[in-house]
Amino acid sequence: MSQSALTISGVDKFYGPIDRGVHAVQNLTMEIDKGEIVALLGSSGCGKTSTLRMIAGFEEVSRGTISVAGRKVHALPPVKRNVAMAFEGYSLYPPLTVRENIAFALKAARLPKSQVDAKVASIAKLLEIEDILERYPSSISGGQQQRASLGRALIREADLHLLDEPMGQLEPQLRAVLRGRIKHFIKERGLTAILVTHDQTEANALADRIAVMEGGVLQQFDTPDMLKQRPANLFTGTFVGEPPMNVFEAYVGTAADKINLRLPDGLSLDYDKDAFSGSVRDELLKRERVVIGIRPYAVRRSKDGVPATVSANQWLGDQTHIAADFAGGSLVLVEHDRTRLELGAPINISIDPKNLHVFDQSSGMAISHGMELA
Amino acid sequence: MEHTSLLERILRGIALTLVVVFFMFPIVWILMMSFQTNETILRIPPQLVFKPTLANYTALITGKLTTAAGTLDIAFMRNLWNSVFLSVTSVAVALLLGVPAAYAFARHKFRGSEDIAFTLLSFRFAPALLVLLPLTLYFQKLGLANTYIGLIWVYQLICLPLILWIVRGYFEDIPADIEYAYRIAGHSWFATFRKIALPLAGPGIAAAGLLAFIFAWNNFIFALVLASADKQPVTVGALAFITSSGIQYGQISAAIVLSITPTLALALYAQRYLVEGLSLGAVKG
Repeated sequence: MSQSALTISGVDKFYGPIDRGVHAVQNLTMEIDKGEIVALLGSSGCGKTSTLRMIAGFEEVSRGTISVAGRKVHALPPVKRNVAMAFEGYSLYPPLTVRENIAFALKAARLPKSQVDAKVASIAKLLEIEDILERYPSSISGGQQQRASLGRALIREADLHLLDEPMGQLEPQLRAVLRGRIKHFIKERGLTAILVTHDQTEANALADRIAVMEGGVLQQFDTPDMLKQRPANLFTGTFVGEPPMNVFEAYVGTAADKINLRLPDGLSLDYDKDAFSGSVRDELLKRERVVIGIRPYAVRRSKDGVPATVSANQWLGDQTHIAADFAGGSLVLVEHDRTRLELGAPINISIDPKNLHVFDQSSGMAISHGMELA
Repeated sequence: MEHTSLLERILRGIALTLVVVFFMFPIVWILMMSFQTNETILRIPPQLVFKPTLANYTALITGKLTTAAGTLDIAFMRNLWNSVFLSVTSVAVALLLGVPAAYAFARHKFRGSEDIAFTLLSFRFAPALLVLLPLTLYFQKLGLANTYIGLIWVYQLICLPLILWIVRGYFEDIPADIEYAYRIAGHSWFATFRKIALPLAGPGIAAAGLLAFIFAWNNFIFALVLASADKQPVTVGALAFITSSGIQYGQISAAIVLSITPTLALALYAQRYLVEGLSLGAVKG
């Protein structure tokens, strides 16, 4: 078991009076190991930035504790926490050049000049900002400022590196290149990093584990693969994955040795009882209504499937996204070949029970993923 | 600049000249009057050509005012010194108190912070005379009437709200994240205030200080009521030129020239800070 770099336990954040103000982060508990890269993923206002700021010390912790490298820090001022941070708004010091901005913390830590220069040179090369080192923040573009701000955070030797939307302003090609380099940089030095993002591609590419947040509540904290394969609830199921998971409400019924998942519009997905594992079958039959989810990649067209009507068909150059009217809603499926289907064309859909995610209708919690219970 | 025809340029020149003459005329006229005797000033019709005299300035500097009715002592230089001392000290005190307060109001929202800030601003709403009567009574009881400390204190009613509200706006314009970035790099909040917030708000602080200085310098009513002759600034001291043998226009003009010189010089010098202050928005990037 590796050493814990960050432990957050039972943290609440209220804006305004405790228990009466806006409850931005609710009873958050998570543990991050040394050397790990963790992404806080969620839509705007989900509490991810509040969490980051509480770790940095810019927001007070209303309840609970935060420890960095084994030290309880939630009551300490930012100076004493030994964390580095790259800000979403860059926040470079306007009167200093990019070089001075990046070297700033090192100079404050009294490192010899030769060492500072070497470090700045290497980080500037990594981030491709060597040519703007002598310029002032006001004279460079947003993307360059963002890289300078990232450099200022990464150059420090801190217990924890906090990166708030670190690549939001960069153009796609550069972003892809930098993602790889930054990940390598962090891993090579054994740094621990937490990044806040709403871009799941970025989270998938950089992070070892992703914490999905919504409404101030941590929904799931797991590896990118597990988030896709075993979403803990309906929110993570539909939030993670591109295009998003298809979901439908279904009534569970049995007839002879079949299990029917009855959908709106009189449609029904019928499976042999044996198609499910014993435990999953038992859980299903206990319930009257469930929500089923199917990833677009797992939807197949077959002759004896359930009917649907094509409503959109888009060839993206490497895959086809087909949207179809299905069971009173819309269903998206992805095929790897170019598919020629006219709008309004009838198709038949079939779903392998191995790819079926089942969620509780009222709580949204996952019941089963394919053959296994959640 | 786009191409303009000759006629257009001539017309524009004339228009600009008219505006400049309109605004500069009083100052130029006063400057001219300050070099004339009362007799030449009061000639009808007024004449642009005259024999300049330094008599007015000599009278002010030596403190001996010679009129038809005899020689009067005037304390103009004393008044000028009082003005300088009162204005500079008041602005210094107001900066010392107001800048940290402005920072606190800008960065730390606490219960009642808006109310306190507004109360401070409201000092400037009340007519000075309304405040003065009770203040005079208090000051006499406290022994603060006719003291520099008392006057500087009252001048805070002019300077403090001005500095507080202008500087607060400048602090609010600095993104808080810049300060956070500095603090997380291993500095205390006080170091952050000194090294980041103060320099970034510098132009604003200079502009506010300059405005406060001009307001303090031009104040008349507080000093008129609360100070006796030896503590009075130039604004009040100028009253001495209305003598029993007539109004001494020459000396008044010379006094005006002398008394606007410091503020004018300061304004010209600080112009670039004012301009810089206005373009502070560039910090946001």
